[in-house]
Amino acid sequence: MKISFLEFEQPIAEVESKIEQLRFVQDDSAVDISEEISKVEAKSKKLTKDIYAKLTPWQCAMVARHPNRPYTLDYLSSIFTDFEELHGDRSSAEDAAIVGGMARFNGQSCMVIGHQKGRDTKEKITRNFGMPRPEGYRKALRLMRMAEKYQLPIFSFIDTPGAYPGISAEERGQSEAIGRNLLVMAELEVPIIATVIGEGGSGGALAIAVADTVMMLQYSTYAVISPEGCASILWKSADRAGDAADAMGITAQRLKSLGLIDRIINEPLGGAHRDHEEASKALKISLQEELSQLSKLSIPELVERRFERLMSYGRFKEQVVQ
Amino acid sequence: MSWLQKLLPPKIKRSPGGRKSMPEGLWSKCPACEAVLYASDLENNQQVCPKCSHHLRLRARARLNLLLDEEGRFEIGAEVLPMDPLKFKDGKRYIDRLAAANKETDESDALIVMQGAIKTVPVVVACFEFEFMGGSMGSVVGERFVRGVQAALELNAPFICITASGGARMQEGLFSLMQMAKTTAAVAKLAKHPLPFMTLLTDPTMGGVSASFAFVGDIVIAEPGALIGFAGPRVIEQTVRQKLPEGFQRAEFLLEKGAIDMIVDRRELRDKLASLITLLMRMPAV
Repeated sequence: MKISFLEFEQPIAEVESKIEQLRFVQDDSAVDISEEISKVEAKSKKLTKDIYAKLTPWQCAMVARHPNRPYTLDYLSSIFTDFEELHGDRSSAEDAAIVGGMARFNGQSCMVIGHQKGRDTKEKITRNFGMPRPEGYRKALRLMRMAEKYQLPIFSFIDTPGAYPGISAEERGQSEAIGRNLLVMAELEVPIIATVIGEGGSGGALAIAVADTVMMLQYSTYAVISPEGCASILWKSADRAGDAADAMGITAQRLKSLGLIDRIINEPLGGAHRDHEEASKALKISLQEELSQLSKLSIPELVERRFERLMSYGRFKEQVVQ
Repeated sequence: MSWLQKLLPPKIKRSPGGRKSMPEGLWSKCPACEAVLYASDLENNQQVCPKCSHHLRLRARARLNLLLDEEGRFEIGAEVLPMDPLKFKDGKRYIDRLAAANKETDESDALIVMQGAIKTVPVVVACFEFEFMGGSMGSVVGERFVRGVQAALELNAPFICITASGGARMQEGLFSLMQMAKTTAAVAKLAKHPLPFMTLLTDPTMGGVSASFAFVGDIVIAEPGALIGFAGPRVIEQTVRQKLPEGFQRAEFLLEKGAIDMIVDRRELRDKLASLITLLMRMPAV
C-alpha cells in the first residue's frame, strides 16, 4: 500500500522519496549504496519520531482521519476469527456505515460492532464516510440485545465523523436511535469494551461507546463536536479548527488525564496506518487484558459499576445557595 | 430582492433592522403573524399570540410558574454550580461567558429542577433555560437532571423534562458529551419503576439533548411549531446541498413521522399532563 503523507509529514515524505530514489539507483548500479540507504532510513525514522513526539491536537486529528488508517474490518480480520456479519435493522434498511456480527476472540464467542469507513470512492459512498443513519444504530442495538441474550461480550470500535446529518436520517428519528442506544447500553447485562480507533465524532460515536472500559488508540480523537464545527461556531471560522482542537481537549492523552477514558493503546512509529500488523497486536493485547479484568465481575457488579461510572461524569462545584 | 421590492420606490422599502425598532415594553409584535400586541396581553396568554396561536419562547422560571401549583414548590440541585474543567477559551473565556450568562439571566446554569405538583398531583419537573448559553448541556445540567430523577424516585413521583437547548456545551468538551450518557442512564434506572417519564420538547431542541433522553420517555410531547432535531437545518443543508422541505423538523413534521405522541397547546398543558399522569398511575381524575 502506498502511504499518503499528511501536510505536517512533508519532511518525512521528502526523505522517503530520497530513499525510494536511492533504491532505484541501486537496482541498476554496480556500486553498493546500501549503507547510504540505511543512513537515510535512520534519518527518516528519527524525523518521524521527532514529529510524532510533538503532534498538536489538530495534527493528531489528521492522523485519526488518515486514509490509510486501519478500520474496523481490518481489525476484525487481524484480531478476530470466524466473523459472521449480520445485516439490517429489521424495519427499514441496512446501513453499511456500521458493521457488526458474531466472531471469535481467542476462540471465545463475542459480538463485534464498529463504524466502518470506505477506502476507495465507491466504498466511501456505500459506507457514507462512516456516518451512520438511524438504521445503523438500530442494527447495532439489535446486535447488542442479541449479545445480551447469549451472554457474549461486546467489543465496539469507534471511527466516525458523526451521525449522518441528512433529511431522511431526521425523518427516521436519528435522535431517538442514538438516545435509545444510550438507554439500553447503560444497563446491558454483558461486558462492553469500546475502543476509539480513529475519529470519535460526538453523539454518533457515543451511541456505540457507552461501555465498561473505554480505550483510545494513541492518535485517535474523541470530541463533542468536530474541531471545524466548534471553530465555525465559536471562532466564526472553520479555519480556526486548530485552536478549537487545542481548547476542547480531543486527544487520548488529554482525555486520559481528565479521567474520561481508561486506557491508551500505543501505536507504531508514525501511526497505525504505517504498520497495521503492529497496531493490531497492541490492540489485541489491550482487549485481552481488559476483557479478563471485566470477566472477574458478576453481571450485577458489572452493571452497577457501569452505572456509577456514568453518574460520575462531569465537573462541577457544590455550594449552598441562600 | 423580489420583483415587488424592486418596483417599490426606495422610501417604501422596509429597512432590514426596522422591525426591531419598536419601543420595548408596552408593545410587542408576534414574530409569526406580525400582529402588534400589548405585551401584557401576551403575558396573560402565556406568551402565546392571541391572534395566530404562535408559541413564543418562554423563560424557564416563567414556565415552571405557569405549570406548577403555587404550594409546595421546592428547587432541587441549585447547589450544583458550573466550573471550567478545561480552562476553555475562544474569543472569550468560558468562565466569563458563564458570568455573563448568569448576569443576563439571573440563573446559575441552563437547567432548573423543581419538585411540586400539577393540579395536586406530585411531580418533579426539570426545565431548560434557553437564554443561558443556548440551553446547552454541560456538567451542571447533567448533575441537576440526575438529582431530579433521584428525587422523583424518592418521592414516587413522575419526572417531566421540558427541553429547550442547542445541544451539548462545547466549552466543556467531552465532559458535556458524557452528560448524554449520564442523563439517559438515570432515565434507564427510572424506567424500572412504574413512574412516568415525560418530555415536553419546546423550541428549539437540538443535538445532544435531542439525541439523549428527549425521545426515550414514556410520553413525548412537543409545543406547536417547535424546531426539534438532531442536526441543525443549516448543517443539513450544507451536507445534502438541497433545500429542506417546508416545515422540516417542526413539531407537526415530527408528529407526522411518528416521532412524538402529541402536540399540546401551552395553555392546555397543565390539564393535559395531569390527565396523562393520573391515567398512567391509575389515580382518580383531578
